[in-house]
Amino acid sequence: MHAGTWRGHTLITDRQPIITARFGHDDAHTLARYEATGGYQGLRAALARRPEDVAGEVKGASLLGRGGAGFPAGVKWGFCPPGVWPRYVVVNGDESEPGTYKDRMLMERDPHQLIEGVLIACYAVGAAQAFLYVRGEMALAQERIAAALNEAQAAGYVGRSILGTGFSVDVVLHWGAGAYIVGEETALIESLEGERGMPRLKPPYFPAAIGLYQQPTIVNNVETLANLPWIMVNGGEAFAALGAESSKGMRMFSVSGHVKRPGVFEVEFGVTTFRDLIYAPVYCGGIRHGNGLKAFIPGGASAPWFYEEHLDLPLEAGAVGQAGSMLGSGAVVVMDDTTDMVRAAHRVVRFFARESCGKCTPCREGTSWLEKILQRIIDGQGRPRDVDMLLDVCDNISPGIAWPPRQTTICPLGPSAVSPIASAVMRFRDEFERYVGAPVTTTVAVKGAAFTARAPEGAGV
Amino acid sequence: MGRLSAENVVVAREIIGRYPVGRSALIPLCHLAQEQHGWLTPAAMAHIAELVGVTPAEVLGTASFYEMFKLHPVGRYVINVCTSIACHLTGGDELLEHAEATLGIRAGGTTADQMFSLEGYECIAACTEAPCLQVNYRYFTRLSNAGFDALIDDLRAGRRAEEVPPHGTLSRVRQRLDPERRAGAASPKGGEAPVWIAAGRPALEPGP
Repeated sequence: MHAGTWRGHTLITDRQPIITARFGHDDAHTLARYEATGGYQGLRAALARRPEDVAGEVKGASLLGRGGAGFPAGVKWGFCPPGVWPRYVVVNGDESEPGTYKDRMLMERDPHQLIEGVLIACYAVGAAQAFLYVRGEMALAQERIAAALNEAQAAGYVGRSILGTGFSVDVVLHWGAGAYIVGEETALIESLEGERGMPRLKPPYFPAAIGLYQQPTIVNNVETLANLPWIMVNGGEAFAALGAESSKGMRMFSVSGHVKRPGVFEVEFGVTTFRDLIYAPVYCGGIRHGNGLKAFIPGGASAPWFYEEHLDLPLEAGAVGQAGSMLGSGAVVVMDDTTDMVRAAHRVVRFFARESCGKCTPCREGTSWLEKILQRIIDGQGRPRDVDMLLDVCDNISPGIAWPPRQTTICPLGPSAVSPIASAVMRFRDEFERYVGAPVTTTVAVKGAAFTARAPEGAGV
Repeated sequence: MGRLSAENVVVAREIIGRYPVGRSALIPLCHLAQEQHGWLTPAAMAHIAELVGVTPAEVLGTASFYEMFKLHPVGRYVINVCTSIACHLTGGDELLEHAEATLGIRAGGTTADQMFSLEGYECIAACTEAPCLQVNYRYFTRLSNAGFDALIDDLRAGRRAEEVPPHGTLSRVRQRLDPERRAGAASPKGGEAPVWIAAGRPALEPGP
């Protein structure tokens, strides 16, 4: 990794990466390389302690879930009702959020690290079986994990009597068949039970209490679990010493769109800012062709958009949340000043309309209405009142158009489609006016802080 | 015609045995059938229903929810061009238009020789290498129009056969659950705490 200074503060790229440490090796997916670089030492360290102490160590690390919702993993484990057996562990490797491709990297390039993390979780919570659910479209990840599981079983790391102890668990590789909604944990469980991937109502179906086959089930994201071997070797305290108050440790960010060098970077929470990520030479090196920045999505397609004035925010859940958006899945999508924001909003909304499972009316109807109205505007058939109608539909999907969003649906997919609309309409109204050929007025109130952010004087947006 | 082969029935039974509840094998078995035939035939769905112990309608009910299960024949190579936001910003739409022109079909169609099916697809998780596409779920990234045409020529001439198996085949490595080494499927009706929890001490005694 590179060290250096940028805009007066030290970049943390000289910080030893945690979960991408082996990415430099072409054979990082093999057991031989994994063992030669400290592999399965975290499992040994875990098995040398009582399961509840392992869970305590992870809780002490304050490891936030890396899937998008950002719930502390150790706390989630604690929600399993005592005395109810068997329990299951399910790995969420159904990464499909537009702009996100960190879990795919972890599964393809370091599958043993993930398997080791799964085993540590199974030992700590007392899971009798684990299921590793990989997105259907990721054939190479499936191959690498299948090969790694076969190697790990032959070496005695997975299966009966692991490392000669009384700890026994199978990790079953399973893959999906193309459905974004299955990344929602209760939909994933439905899918794993052989059903259509439609979310369950919470409560009562919190997976830790009533999950797979109605039993207590821990569903954790790939990146979350990949951190566990390091935490077991180095301690939860060492992990919690990294990062910021509201977000401990390191995090993978996938940066795409109009930057010079898009990529996936593991950076320390809180120390690094969006400006570092987008402009620093060691990361993306700035906007393509020397263009200006128009907007960026800070944390996946569901996140309210950010602008120039948000660039110096640290990559930290608390600060980003206060500004009215989220780090979500760690996907940063950058749009330069040539971007047509009406078309960009349409493209994000189309995703949610296509991926709605159809269970809840506000989402099923609302997202497709939003897509159709935007398409009409883009096709030159839009009317001035269509823009207010977009907000009105948003207000019905997520009343108040606030942040965090209110929900009229079982899962957050529907409310996710509100962000791109509210962002585009509130900030780039002139672009809608150009499409509809007349001034636009809106009557629906919008509350989210990022939606109502005003461009600073002279920002030139 | 269209049912699972005798060889695949053996594989199917092994897959069913991995799960505490047989119905969990439904999606894996649909993939297995699609690997054999290139698409999910009605006869295969009926066969899967017999193996799992559900009705054919239940198999169809599940399969029809998922984009990857093809309920009609598709080309030997299914090309999914990403047009989600990151690719939209960096030329994905133009790549799809070019693909339509090169193949002479619209997105959603299949060439007359049954070689290629083309789809505009949502994010395939290769955004920092946009614009990108998958052929039978194998990645091809940062594609120019010329790069696309060269890829089509290669596929037509069979020069990518090693890299890209026919449609339906995903992982070419199967997980093996060795009967001697596996812990076994955990029935939801278990009721007992696992032994390493019940023991109340570390599984691995600290070394001397």
